[in-house]
Amino acid sequence: MITAGVDVGSTAAKAVILKEREILGWAIIPTGWSPRDAGKRVLNQALTMANVDVGGVERIIGTGYGRVALDFLDRAVTEITCHARGANYYYPEHGLVIDIGGQDSKIIKVNNQGKVLNFLMNDKCAAGTGRFLQVTINSLGLELDEVDSLPPAEPATINSMCTVFAESEVISMLASGTPKESIVTGLFHSIAKRIATMAGSMELPGNATFTGGVAQSILLRQMLAQELEANLAVPPNPQLMGALGAALIAQD
Amino acid sequence: MSDYRKMWQDLGVNLEKHDEFLAPVPSLYGDLFVSQQNRPEGMKYFDFVMSEVHGLRVKELLDMKDDPSKKVVGAFCVFVPEELVLATGGACIGLCGGAQYSVPIGEKVLPRAMCPLIKSSLGFKVGGVCPYFEVADFVVGETTCDGKKKAYEVLNEYHPTYVMELPQKRDQADKELWLKEVYAFKDKMEAEAGKTITAEKLTAAVKLANDRRRVLQRLYDARKVDPVPISGKDAALITQLAFFDDPARFTEKTTALCAELEQRIEKGEGVFPKGAPRILITGTPMPLPSWKMHNIIESSGGVVVCEESCTGTRYFETLVDETPTTLPEQMEALSQRALNINCACYTPNTGRIDDILRMVKEYNVDGVVYYSLQFCHTYGIEYRAAEKALQQAGVPVIRIETDYSDEDSGQLQTRIQAFLEMLK
Ligand code: SF4
Ligand code: SF4
Repeated sequence: MITAGVDVGSTAAKAVILKEREILGWAIIPTGWSPRDAGKRVLNQALTMANVDVGGVERIIGTGYGRVALDFLDRAVTEITCHARGANYYYPEHGLVIDIGGQDSKIIKVNNQGKVLNFLMNDKCAAGTGRFLQVTINSLGLELDEVDSLPPAEPATINSMCTVFAESEVISMLASGTPKESIVTGLFHSIAKRIATMAGSMELPGNATFTGGVAQSILLRQMLAQELEANLAVPPNPQLMGALGAALIAQD
Repeated sequence: MSDYRKMWQDLGVNLEKHDEFLAPVPSLYGDLFVSQQNRPEGMKYFDFVMSEVHGLRVKELLDMKDDPSKKVVGAFCVFVPEELVLATGGACIGLCGGAQYSVPIGEKVLPRAMCPLIKSSLGFKVGGVCPYFEVADFVVGETTCDGKKKAYEVLNEYHPTYVMELPQKRDQADKELWLKEVYAFKDKMEAEAGKTITAEKLTAAVKLANDRRRVLQRLYDARKVDPVPISGKDAALITQLAFFDDPARFTEKTTALCAELEQRIEKGEGVFPKGAPRILITGTPMPLPSWKMHNIIESSGGVVVCEESCTGTRYFETLVDETPTTLPEQMEALSQRALNINCACYTPNTGRIDDILRMVKEYNVDGVVYYSLQFCHTYGIEYRAAEKALQQAGVPVIRIETDYSDEDSGQLQTRIQAFLEMLK
């Protein structure tokens, strides 16, 4: 059976085409202003790569904040459930999934079937999310993927976790001569601490899967592993886990 | 509704703000309540009460006050012994504080870092938005949490406020303190009304209040069945309206509704499909018109079957003992009720955790939503104990800390949906 998962997030739309457990195609595009449009386009791109036509897809499940805007779905499932399932595809023995998405970060406890046992998610403030990182890093004139090539540095102390205040804090640090790499390291450090605090009351298993776009950053991975005292694995294309999970759920 | 404008104006309501506050209510109410499928016939009465929420009942209270010995007392907490008000022939109204509209007004006189419930209720007075406030001869506060305790000092500048000192423990000394406070409130009521409260009158008042508690218990018993014969939204609304309505009429109408629900149960008829995830909400009170949590849960496919809250079981589960016949014994019994309510302002308050676990069983609950308002420390702190106990019992629980605004609705929806998916 061929299924599709479409994950329309606040920054990127992702799709995965699955045949049983084999990934036939996938795509990632920016969400832009129309979640519905992005959902359609990303699905088509993934279908093209898979060399499958829409008619050949038996079931489509949507997820992500834009899921409600998609009119071609068989069902919508939340990103929490989908990320858990997607991560389980690569690391079934990991009891924890950490996902840092555009608007929210989640800590999900899972069993070895990829079923959610418990989860935590940040509340309405954007602190500790991908958006926070993106805004603050852009204010340094950098892009997220450039960060790993910066020289290692001692983390500067960032006091504010509010996206708006942190941005101005970063700018004044720059003005007073703090090196960029220290500021960046400081930002990542504060995110990692924030996630660890959020995980606070949850019992953490030693092995975790780290998903979402920012999981590609080696620096963040290291800092997070240190703060959580856990071994973090990052699946190939960590951004795709929601869409993959949705496609897997569609296979059930 | 236009014929009430003069009444509102005479009461000192700020008509402009009042219009602004009420304008969205009919369509909101339509979307949330009236559009529900297969609603019990008996809900018609409550729809009517809601459609007249600032009209007919306020008029009734005003008419009642033609007799100067009959007083309207506003209260904020289920501890206040309303029986003493009823015994003088007066009415006790539970004032609301569940609207975002009045929060910014409340913030003009209170710090921002306070629970929205307090800000909203003070905002109603300061903004002149609530006719119930205006019709109340005085309001009764209580020294429950620090926020309320201090807010009553501010409120007193705007409206006569009488404060009862509530104990924080349940030792002998605390019992004595509260008994004294209940006596003091009796004196206050007698002085206000200019008449004495006799054992006979108190007996009738206790019966009146207990009957209302009993019918609410009957309503909640109906929610224990699967499929559930009434939505959580409707049941919560009924409880909210219990604080306003005439007690005898409320009991009568709710009794009729319960009979209808029991017939539904016999026929196996429900408002949600059998097997829909059953949710218990526990935590801070949800005064009118706070419908956010219920709406999110029930529009995501779950059904709320019980509220362990002051606008839920804490309101009616403990009755006043009706057996005593002498005034001193009755006063004892009256004061005892408050001490049996498991409010988070008590320390320790382990009874609440036992209540939650008991209700999870009684109501056949699949998952618990722990609801606390932002900056509500007592309920916020008790989450830890509740979570631990629930986890040990193998019952999934999610903590939702929020306010009355809609800013986080999308996010909450995702969290609630994921929680419901987890229960499957
Ligand atoms: S939570 Fe406590 S203080 Fe608040 S209404 Fe309930 S009993 Fe009163
Ligand atoms: S919700 Fe909490 S903080 Fe607010 S009045 Fe009640 S006990 Fe106090």
